[in-house]
Amino acid sequence: MKISEISSVLEAEIITGGQNSDLEIYSACGADLMSDVMAFVKENVVLLTGLINPQVVRTAEMMDIKVIVFVRGKTPTQEIIDLANEKGITILTTKYSMFIASGKLYEAGITGRGGCC
Amino acid sequence: MRDSFLELNYDIPANDFLHAGEASSSVKKMLNQLGVAPDKVKKTAISMYEAEINAVIHANGGEAHIEIWKDKVIIKISDKGPGIPNVELAMQEGYTTAPDHVRDMGFGAGMGLPNIKRYSDELKIDTEIGKGTVVTITVYLKDK
Repeated sequence: MKISEISSVLEAEIITGGQNSDLEIYSACGADLMSDVMAFVKENVVLLTGLINPQVVRTAEMMDIKVIVFVRGKTPTQEIIDLANEKGITILTTKYSMFIASGKLYEAGITGRGGCC
Repeated sequence: MRDSFLELNYDIPANDFLHAGEASSSVKKMLNQLGVAPDKVKKTAISMYEAEINAVIHANGGEAHIEIWKDKVIIKISDKGPGIPNVELAMQEGYTTAPDHVRDMGFGAGMGLPNIKRYSDELKIDTEIGKGTVVTITVYLKDK
């Protein structure tokens, strides 16, 4: 699934980065604990989180995660946006909660099978 | 040239969550530039990042010393913090002594050291109460 499709499924706003528009996303990871995110390695992952701080972007950087979705209408600060732009990471925000956002992506075909969180 | 290595040194600033991780980010960039395999870069980056965050959370920052060899990366994170009273306990998933404000930042859930062990090939912890801790992480760059 492309980022544009994720954006459409979650009725999400794309805050940063058009550079990952060709990236194909196969799996998703929903977590507020960044160490939980780092405990699982998968490729082509979208990270859904309710946590808003620069370490979310750092964690994504270390994990080679190129797409972050902030749930429940949370808006990242300019610091977070700047860091994401610097690292080539796309940020989306959706009004949906973690549970609903995860359900919508699952229903749309991102099932995360194979051991991610 | 067989025994040469590239040396990098960084300060890890205290209580600075905005900039925590910059040393790891810089090392990751360097490894990518050197053409190290992406899975090895990721292992190194995650291990170092968790250790760097630990130094910020528990020890008022510290220093990172990195040696990039042809076949391995050695990361040494040193701090002058309180030391780890029980290393065995600290290695258990979920065991934590981190305060609430650290958990609010998405860390401090007792996964740091277990994650470092998971991703590194060798992990050595030298710690002394009241003096500090040195975490030495080795990641091999070639599959054995």
